[in-house]
Amino acid sequence: MKFAGLVLTLFFSIYALFSTNLYAAKKYNYQLKAVEIAENIYFFEGTREDFSVKNGGNIVNTAFVITEKGVIVIDSGISRRYGEQQRAAIAKITDKPIIGVYLTHHHPDHFLGNQAYMDTKIYAFPETKKSINVEGENFRTNMYRMVGDWMRDTIIVLPTDILTEQKITIGKHVFEFLSLPGHTSSDLAIFEHTSGVLFTGDLVFHQRSPTTPHANIDQWQKSLATLKKLPFKLLIPGHGPISKDSGAIDQTSDYLNWLVNTLKSAAQNGFDMTEVMRTKIPQRFEAMALVREELMRSVTHLYPALENAYLEPVNH
Amino acid sequence: MKFLYATAISMILITSMAQATEVKVIDPLNSPQWGVMHHLFLNDETVIFDDKVKIFAPEIAEDSMNVPVSFDASELKDIQEIVVIADLNPIPLVLRYYPEKISPYLAFRIKLQQGSPVRAAVKTADNVWHIGSTWVETAGGGCTLPSVGTSSGDWSSTLGEVSARIWPRSDDIPNRLRIKIMHPMDTGLAPGIPKFHIEKMTLSDKQGKQLARLEVFEPISENPMLSLGVDKYEYLKINGRDNNGNIINAEVTQ
Repeated sequence: MKFAGLVLTLFFSIYALFSTNLYAAKKYNYQLKAVEIAENIYFFEGTREDFSVKNGGNIVNTAFVITEKGVIVIDSGISRRYGEQQRAAIAKITDKPIIGVYLTHHHPDHFLGNQAYMDTKIYAFPETKKSINVEGENFRTNMYRMVGDWMRDTIIVLPTDILTEQKITIGKHVFEFLSLPGHTSSDLAIFEHTSGVLFTGDLVFHQRSPTTPHANIDQWQKSLATLKKLPFKLLIPGHGPISKDSGAIDQTSDYLNWLVNTLKSAAQNGFDMTEVMRTKIPQRFEAMALVREELMRSVTHLYPALENAYLEPVNH
Repeated sequence: MKFLYATAISMILITSMAQATEVKVIDPLNSPQWGVMHHLFLNDETVIFDDKVKIFAPEIAEDSMNVPVSFDASELKDIQEIVVIADLNPIPLVLRYYPEKISPYLAFRIKLQQGSPVRAAVKTADNVWHIGSTWVETAGGGCTLPSVGTSSGDWSSTLGEVSARIWPRSDDIPNRLRIKIMHPMDTGLAPGIPKFHIEKMTLSDKQGKQLARLEVFEPISENPMLSLGVDKYEYLKINGRDNNGNIINAEVTQ
């Protein structure tokens, strides 16, 4: 009897050990699938959702290009786990080494996977590096709150190398690094000339409502106009599906324009934040994921500065 | 046996009666602090959860230092007092509003320390509190952080400055008064920074007749921005003071 109990205990311990491992492996797997969109150019498409424990923060598009000299990665994702799984997915496709990670901007879903690339160079514009240094820790803490254990062991890894605006040739590829702020104080877009693929970072959102916590909308619109002039064949937005024409740029620009005009007009007419948050959303934006949620967030970000303009000093 | 039977019957009756009366007073948000709130701020008086009190706040607060909230109780008559409470805040009492001669509409911004119910409790002349509730999720930290003005040290140069405007509205819609008062509104919960906030404000007409009275507490956001329904008034006087005795005086014309 004692023996049977022992066997049973042993059996269950082993079972528990394996099942939790399998469970953990399955539970924290982002199931990243590299999609080839041009020769030697791949991207990983995130969901069009907000951060949640369910999606583990995989709401962002990241990409990589296999050059003759090695692989360049564009954005490292939301967590250590994402970065590691992204790197493993790349290794399944090519055995070329990673020669550089390029961060489009300082938002958490674009750089918190840096830990997986500590043996390579991580490039960012100076202002992006500065912002990661200042705000990174708050982002990281907030992400633990929003997506939970997916973030396990994620720490801030700063860019190792400062990027400047330039056009460089790596192997047979020609990369142009463009500094086009607006979504944040520093945004990087990458245009690969030989393929005509444009990586816009979060300057372009597609079928997913743009976010504005660090936005300067006027600058953003100028940057969008610059992007639109590039002779690209394929555009990879920061969030949402790829686009073969300027449709995604136009959609982002149209939405931002509507947003600013709506907020200005509300401020001019004496409406309160809680009223603006419930503004009717035009039908053409209804298909964009999270449009109401992002409108409410944007009101918090942008309205306080606008409403002050319509008040008069009245001290007695 | 008979006695037991009778007891059982009366037990069932009592339980069902209790349930019948409780139907209206079960907190729809099932807040662990509701009982305490009812006792502390509504004096254990009769309450009903009432859709006639329209309260609005975003479900998720983007900035826990500035969570916009508004209420409209214009479907109720003979309003005596309106109390705004955030159950799970370290300082739950947000404000008390007495819209004596004007519409019971108010919009403001609050600091939230964590996700919490936010409620407007409206007392009518029959001594019943009508309660509108909503839940706000937030990253937290709103109450224990120093105000921007206090941490940057420049609050004293603008203290008590008021900017405002009245927007006329047509038909039955009350005119809109928006008013912003420069004040740190420190909660006393940030280390080494004593509480320092606006306490009282009144609104009166050109002849000095009082139209409404407002008591403001620590959770109101820094540099309070208020929106009020002021019926057809086109000239208003605002008077107030903070807990250090600083006076606020302003006159708004359309």
